[in-house]
Amino acid sequence: MLQNDGTAPIAASFAGALLRPNEPVPQDITSHHGAGLIERYNVYRNNVTVSLINAVASIYPAVQRITGEDFFRAMARFYIRAHPPRSPLLFAYGREFPDFIEAYEYASSMPWLADVARIERAWLDAYHAADAAHLAPDMLSEIAPEGLGALRFRPHPATRILRSAYPAVTIFSMNHNGGEVSAVEDRPEDALVTRRDDEVMVTHLDSGAADFLQALIAGETLGTAAALGLEANPNLDLSRLIAVALDAGAFSSLDMETSHD
Amino acid sequence: MSKAAISTALLAGVITSALSTLAAAGPLTKAEADAAVAAHKEKCFGVALKGQNDCAAGPGTTCQGTSTKDFQGNAWKFVQGGTCVSLQLPGDRKGSLKPLTRDM
Repeated sequence: MLQNDGTAPIAASFAGALLRPNEPVPQDITSHHGAGLIERYNVYRNNVTVSLINAVASIYPAVQRITGEDFFRAMARFYIRAHPPRSPLLFAYGREFPDFIEAYEYASSMPWLADVARIERAWLDAYHAADAAHLAPDMLSEIAPEGLGALRFRPHPATRILRSAYPAVTIFSMNHNGGEVSAVEDRPEDALVTRRDDEVMVTHLDSGAADFLQALIAGETLGTAAALGLEANPNLDLSRLIAVALDAGAFSSLDMETSHD
Repeated sequence: MSKAAISTALLAGVITSALSTLAAAGPLTKAEADAAVAAHKEKCFGVALKGQNDCAAGPGTTCQGTSTKDFQGNAWKFVQGGTCVSLQLPGDRKGSLKPLTRDM
């Protein structure tokens, strides 16, 4: 961030046209021998644009693989003009990109693309989330059966649930690491994004599982969450789901203080 | 909320079953866990997306793209890649990446 040392107006003037290619070079810039100001500013302006597009491409590699590089870079160019960075941290950049894709006219034939981007964003956010311990399964075995219904969990900082009306999880999985691409069945899909140690995991959830996990993450009791999950999908395999969630490191601890009726 | 009450017995069964599933998978020994870390992970904090501030147009280029012209409607080049064409979506939700002809 800029210090309050009088340089802010200069920086604002210099930055004003950086993401607006049609704007003239700022009046008050200079170089040590005064030559080539327009060219110099344009080189810098170009580098800003290219580096931001590259940052967006680094954050959303699956989206780029799906659209192809030319389409992606053109779309990203419009995006960075509409949403310049507000933080010097590049990993924080691009947060509005999924919403931008959703509204982007030329991507309307890929209505699932924004959700793929949301999963990629969640992947990066999980990667950068704070470290925390993972709930040891043994802790659960120490809870008396009559206490289970009122049990509350604390989510791991990396844990996220993504819900899509499209097969976004399958599409993400096929494109995240440049994997095989095959036909995709059109269906809604939900994902659990977690991080165990340094490895981010994206787990495809069964129908109803997201209802259950979202409730637990929001601090609802195990009893309430189970009811919500079974309401969404009466065939939901809660045992398997809990095992999967514990194994993926979705929770950090049990919230014993509030685990009462 | 008008949720059907979940019985204690059901929850106890669910948890017991979940824990036995985990036990069956077998926890990694310390050595196994360390080996897994060594094999495909490395601790490397704070490097993601670093270095993006360099001259990004690449060496030997004249920083192409200094052009002040944006992509224009008729200049869109749609490249087919990834999964698009293999998606089977009903109705209008096609996975095709054919160029759109409108707005050109």
